[in-house]
Amino acid sequence: MRKFSDKIATLVFWGTALSLGALLAGVLAFVVNRGWAALSWEFISEPPRDGMTAGGIWTPLVGTLELIAVSMVATVPVGVGTGLYFSEYATDSFFTHVLRQSIRALAGVPSVVFGLFGLSLFVIFLGFGSSMLSASLTLACLSLPLMVTASEQAFRAVPQDYRDASYALGATKWQTIRKVVLPSAASTIITGVILSIGRVAGETAPIIFTGAAFYTPGVAQSLFDEVMALPYHVYVLATAGTNIEATRPLQYGAILVLVGLVLGISSVGVWMRTRLTRGQ
Amino acid sequence: MLNKWKVFVATLIRGLGVAGAAYASEIVVNGSTTVLPFAQIAVERFAPAHPEVKISISGGGTGNGIKGLIDKTTHIANASREIKSSEIEQAKANGVTPFETAVALDCIVPVVHPSNPVKNLTFAQLKKIYTGEITNWKDVGGENAAIAVVGRDSSSGTYGTWQELVVEKGDKDQKSRVTPKAQVTASSGAMLTTVAKNKLAIGYEGIGYVDKTVKAVSVEGVEASLATAKNNTYPLSRKLYMYTDGAPAGDVKAFIDYVLSPDGQKIVTDTGFINIH
Amino acid sequence: MLHTRKRGTTSPHFGGWGDRVAARTALSVSTVCILIMGFILYFLVKESLPVLKATTLSELLFGMDWYPQETPPALGMFPLIMSSLAVTFLSSAIGLPVSLAIAVFTAEIAPRRLRNLVKPLLELLGFIPSIVFGFLGMVVVAPWLQDRFSLLTGLNMANASALLGMMMVPIVGSLADEALCAVPRELRDASYALGATRWETIRRVVLPSALPGILSASLLGVMRATGETMVMLMAAGGAAVIPRSLFDPVRPLTSTIAAEMGETPVGSEHYHALFFAGLILLLITLAINLLSAKIEAKGFKLKGGNL
Repeated sequence: MRKFSDKIATLVFWGTALSLGALLAGVLAFVVNRGWAALSWEFISEPPRDGMTAGGIWTPLVGTLELIAVSMVATVPVGVGTGLYFSEYATDSFFTHVLRQSIRALAGVPSVVFGLFGLSLFVIFLGFGSSMLSASLTLACLSLPLMVTASEQAFRAVPQDYRDASYALGATKWQTIRKVVLPSAASTIITGVILSIGRVAGETAPIIFTGAAFYTPGVAQSLFDEVMALPYHVYVLATAGTNIEATRPLQYGAILVLVGLVLGISSVGVWMRTRLTRGQ
Repeated sequence: MLNKWKVFVATLIRGLGVAGAAYASEIVVNGSTTVLPFAQIAVERFAPAHPEVKISISGGGTGNGIKGLIDKTTHIANASREIKSSEIEQAKANGVTPFETAVALDCIVPVVHPSNPVKNLTFAQLKKIYTGEITNWKDVGGENAAIAVVGRDSSSGTYGTWQELVVEKGDKDQKSRVTPKAQVTASSGAMLTTVAKNKLAIGYEGIGYVDKTVKAVSVEGVEASLATAKNNTYPLSRKLYMYTDGAPAGDVKAFIDYVLSPDGQKIVTDTGFINIH
Repeated sequence: MLHTRKRGTTSPHFGGWGDRVAARTALSVSTVCILIMGFILYFLVKESLPVLKATTLSELLFGMDWYPQETPPALGMFPLIMSSLAVTFLSSAIGLPVSLAIAVFTAEIAPRRLRNLVKPLLELLGFIPSIVFGFLGMVVVAPWLQDRFSLLTGLNMANASALLGMMMVPIVGSLADEALCAVPRELRDASYALGATRWETIRRVVLPSALPGILSASLLGVMRATGETMVMLMAAGGAAVIPRSLFDPVRPLTSTIAAEMGETPVGSEHYHALFFAGLILLLITLAINLLSAKIEAKGFKLKGGNL
């Protein structure tokens, strides 16, 4: 009887895993299958045309890359600096405790609330308007906790012996950090950046009211331009066209590119991390 | 103190931004999703001929577009209703004089799934369906099946017009409300998909959005069309507007002139709306 | 991992100029994180408080009518709050058991090679943007549900919750797996030595000792579900009523904000009400966060102190 229930349990767990695997594989296969037909070089390299019923996704694709770049410029220094603080400087003080709790709370804030926050701080209060800058900064705030956690772990993974050796050679603390700790943690930090990018690239809710444009004829050229973004473009294509059925192939194409982009970036990150942890 | 800091940061970053921009002027178009289809194509066609103008268009809804005009963040506010007096007051307080240009005509058409046998509905029937009094298709000449009422977001101009012309029609003091059980869709396109995919649904659309995936229902025996809208026999038609701060000038005028030109008006008719002339 | 080690104090401090600048910089940079969280709270409170001039708190929280565009607006959020709670509950009921089963599978049952393959894949799935699930819910799941069960509408609570439940699995599954793996080998060996089968060992030994980790993973999943927006916007139907059946359309707080924020004039009562909705969401997630911190702290204590 006990042996029997053990068999049943094993069967149930395998069954759950396999059916979930099959379900997700099915979803991916469906997206690839539907989207494949729309894919072509022109689809990638041309802007939307004819009321978004033809053409490609060049403008939103570039817009998403721009948003990623600007948000990373904002989030990486702060994230790495905070990680460094936690790992090298933090004492068991009230400040550290508040910082810890803030980052924890930040990680739990719903994405749409980040959107509200970005709207009231960047768009209205600081007067940046609905723009690439506002949207990027909002995304930067959203990815900050990820960045902090990743870089703190990276710094902590550097063996204390390295630091001690550097001190023994007469290096100051800052010299040790710059010449020893940062270089040894660099690859892990880059992995963290890549994973943050994977998270940020697909976000829709935070940019709807902070800077995403329905349509711009050309690629956004300054921080104060509104910018088309791929995830929002998918939403627009799926809900706002006059001829939704006609644009169905474009929608699946855009989704496929979005999923490909996000999964491509994140799998590089996951792969790098697996290699790094194995190396240790 | 805070203000100084704010101005400093804004100026600094603006400086960076301007350094990167190479345009002589900028037009931001925002507002009604109903106006979007032809306005977006107009932007698309207008841009190549005017490379010195940076132009972007979003569809945040009529209220949002007019808000942008008042805040001076939007140069052209697309609207599927007339500007409200409260909005004019706000604008005046901010030193903005809204100027109205009608750019197209639109009929709001009740739509159902193509398999639905119902062909015509009266105002009274539409009202009862939307307020939740009639919940079965057999009460309006259809099959014995429940009605899935689909509405628009309360801030869209299409909602406003529908509310005023259908739901509140004949109301005295107590205004009727759309039943809270109605599904709410966030855009005209989402409404179309919802109705096209649901055999039991009824919704309403600007005529430009109506295509083969849904069936248009006539109102009080009048079918929505170019002719019936123009001679005012179709009871649910409205004008679509572009609002500007004062009479259009410069590149804004060039764009609005383009929309009103024969080429621009052809875009209007091609996307299923009715030209204004 | 989350506890501060006193590394900074035990390392030798050299009082040089460069050192002090570096330390100050790290300190001020990390202050930014606190500032951002502070700003989020400040702006949400500041922008939502004016709504209390237009209506009362109890009317906001328990009012049944959401007609924000009328004059005066009806700003009863009870149906929205109930929708949010109902979807969160239903999606957790779907997603959490599956997540846990997957975690047990990868941690305890799957052969090593398969585990090394499944773990990264599971994590990758967590990166799929929510808009993709929303899109599938609207275009594929909804028509299918409608035809299969002849429903009034396929855009409903069941649709959105199933999708959300699926989205939970990678996050909760990965974290719960880590919690299970952290259970010491010796405990399992002891159980096997006493003649227990694998299932008995999992059920009586591994799961109980990993419980705090599993709970906090689940709470994270619940938090994600409460805050998810795009799936709700595209697949939940959007009717502002308290759901009475699994197949009723619902309008959670998140999608209400996303759909209406762009369309309401800045400074209107409706605008402030939407910020109030955001504040409710923020408070819910903060509460869940606190709860999970408590559980973690307790978990550490159970295991006898610092990890």
